[in-house]
Amino acid sequence: MDFDLNEEQRLLKESIDGLLTDSYDFESRKKYMKEKGGWSQAVWGKLAEQGLLGLPFAEADGGFGGGGVETMIVMEALGKALVLEPYLATVVIGGGFLRHAGSDEQKAAHVPGIIDGSKTLAFAQLEKNSRYDLFDVTTTAKKKGDGWVIDGEKFVVLNGENAETLIVTARTKGGRRDKTGIGVFLVPANAKGVTKKSYPTQDGLHAADITLTGVEIGPDAAIGNPEDSLALIERVVDEARVALCAEAVGLMDESLKTTVEYIKTRKQFGVAIGSFQSLQHRASDMFVAAEQARSMSMFATMAGDFEDAKERSNAIAAAKVQIGKSLKFVGQQAIQLHGGIGMTMEAKIGHYFKRLTMIENTFGDTEYHQRRVADAGGLI
Amino acid sequence: MDLAFTKEEQAFREEVRSFFRDNVPPDTRRKLVEGRHLSKDEMVTWWRILNKKGWGVSHWPKQYGGTGWTSVQHYIFNEELQSYPAPQPLAFGVSMVGPVIYTFGNEEQKKKYLPRIANVDDWWCQGFSEPGSGSDLASLKTKAERKGDKWIINGQKTWTTLAQHADMIFCLCRTDASAKKQMGISFIVFSMKSKGVTVRPIQTIDGGHEVNEVFFDDVEVPVENLIGEENKGWDYAKFLLGNERTGIARVGVSKERLRRIRDLAGKVESAGKPIIQDAAFREKLAACEIELKALELTQLRVVADEGKHGKGKPNPASSVLKIKGSEIQQTTTELLMEVIGPFAAPYDVHGDDGSNEAMDWTAQIAPSYFNNRKVSIYGGSNEIQRNIIAKAVLGL
Repeated sequence: MDFDLNEEQRLLKESIDGLLTDSYDFESRKKYMKEKGGWSQAVWGKLAEQGLLGLPFAEADGGFGGGGVETMIVMEALGKALVLEPYLATVVIGGGFLRHAGSDEQKAAHVPGIIDGSKTLAFAQLEKNSRYDLFDVTTTAKKKGDGWVIDGEKFVVLNGENAETLIVTARTKGGRRDKTGIGVFLVPANAKGVTKKSYPTQDGLHAADITLTGVEIGPDAAIGNPEDSLALIERVVDEARVALCAEAVGLMDESLKTTVEYIKTRKQFGVAIGSFQSLQHRASDMFVAAEQARSMSMFATMAGDFEDAKERSNAIAAAKVQIGKSLKFVGQQAIQLHGGIGMTMEAKIGHYFKRLTMIENTFGDTEYHQRRVADAGGLI
Repeated sequence: MDLAFTKEEQAFREEVRSFFRDNVPPDTRRKLVEGRHLSKDEMVTWWRILNKKGWGVSHWPKQYGGTGWTSVQHYIFNEELQSYPAPQPLAFGVSMVGPVIYTFGNEEQKKKYLPRIANVDDWWCQGFSEPGSGSDLASLKTKAERKGDKWIINGQKTWTTLAQHADMIFCLCRTDASAKKQMGISFIVFSMKSKGVTVRPIQTIDGGHEVNEVFFDDVEVPVENLIGEENKGWDYAKFLLGNERTGIARVGVSKERLRRIRDLAGKVESAGKPIIQDAAFREKLAACEIELKALELTQLRVVADEGKHGKGKPNPASSVLKIKGSEIQQTTTELLMEVIGPFAAPYDVHGDDGSNEAMDWTAQIAPSYFNNRKVSIYGGSNEIQRNIIAKAVLGL
């Protein structure tokens, strides 16, 4: 039982915090948003230079062999700085599929490009009616010769605009909500039959709705077993949830810090509004919520290594519940304590609130995960 | 960062658990599970079993009978004790006055009091709160005047927990009326059997008798009963209140209660099926369990921090433990009320004597709900805890 970072982890934290302090103030972020795909190639290059894009990959694959704690450190830092770059889509999710189930050839084809920053990925999973159920898949992958033909529509694909490669979930057999018969496929974003409608998301990221019409891919496109990859999808999405929990903790830390600074300086009735007990208590409750979230983010990080998939999923679902509740409280109260200025695009707090809010609705919201924990028999 | 318990820690948990299984009197455990009050005899009997094992004053320094456990071991011990459940050591002696005596008392006082605290030869109570000073403790008025080789004590204390059983009291008394309010207070201990001490019960809304008013009318106390220096009592009181903050989350207590809720919810029916099969109820229960898991991790973070950086100053994050711990305890009692529904109403006139078997399973649930409203009030109310976070953590 030890909650402290080791020497290497401490250095990692210093290095990413330093990089983001230098290149990611609020004004720079506004500029990055206007670049192609909604994020900065230059910042991405710096992340690559510091080895952060290769963090979770095995040393044999050119990475640094980092684990859950390392990803937690990075995601927290990215949250704190409200970073737009597609770390989650590319390194955590895309990288996750390749690490857990990619063949040597697939890894050789994709991992070096991820690590050196020349290539990003996107996860095309959500469908019109699937909501949060990962097994609810209507997109089809039909065998044709040695390869497959993919047909279907995917929505809100983060980094869908920029990614060179899409990771698409598709059904190779069975009905819409069957838990078997689901495969995971690498699809070049420029393949014939792929059309994209890109747009900014509420939190300033960019996503795309993607239609796949008769997209032909080769026999080497399937990651893992094309007929039975739900467990793989669940594992990688669980890792994405853990990463989102850490990002949310970073966002909450910064929201609380910004809010406390604000109420220390904002004067009304001739005094700083932070001298009012009602506001002090609200800020204290935000602290409590953020600390509870941090605890569960650590718990989720630890759960990522659980052998038993059920136990892992249940623990991570529980963490997502706590994070969802905490982020809603911290986000809303941060706006409330800022008052009118918090309602403006000009102040940074509103942007933190929006990112936090979108995290709740990514890969299962509070209600969804609470039901999962309840149905799994609780947590005691 | 490694959040798993080590093999040694897991083995320790097993050792503690099996000791409780073999040594806690079954009737004592049953009463605790049902939320009943224990008799003085039942409590003292258990504490002496614990003390004989060498675990009565586990967190004291070794030379006074402590165990030398790590912070994590203490945490495991407490969690297992609370969730078995077994009675916790009498806080007033073991966690409060004991550490003050071995830290600030003289050799004679250590020899005289510490072994008797460990074996509960003396039952101690706490003379801090007064009718006019609750959260503003330093405004206390009880007076100790020096007269020859005696202190003459006059005044009134209140909320004195289990004073009806007490042999000794440790008392904050004003010894210098002219000093600033925190500066003129002394820490004096004396016998509850002294002439001039009157204990009057306060009945709480659950019908129980846990707390009392205590009156001092020219009580004569030998001068050597002053602990530490005269007029330094406030420092000792702060030291005392800063000790053992992590226990206040009572994670084990809530865990035990959640298990009971699950058990009862599998038996009590609603709409023709056990209430645990009701999705809304199940989700509410899960929500509480998740909050408790978060609290447990927060507590472990505080424990690990203490282990690394020493106890010294109380960690302000422990206010989080108090706030969330009390909220969760209260939620568990609400969930129990929800499970038993209309059977919350019957009042067990037989009290705790077990003579009303028919109502055993429900009779204590409403009283426990009523009683647990106290947990967000005592130990520095949750509002005071929010003040502490605002000042000490957020710098407001």
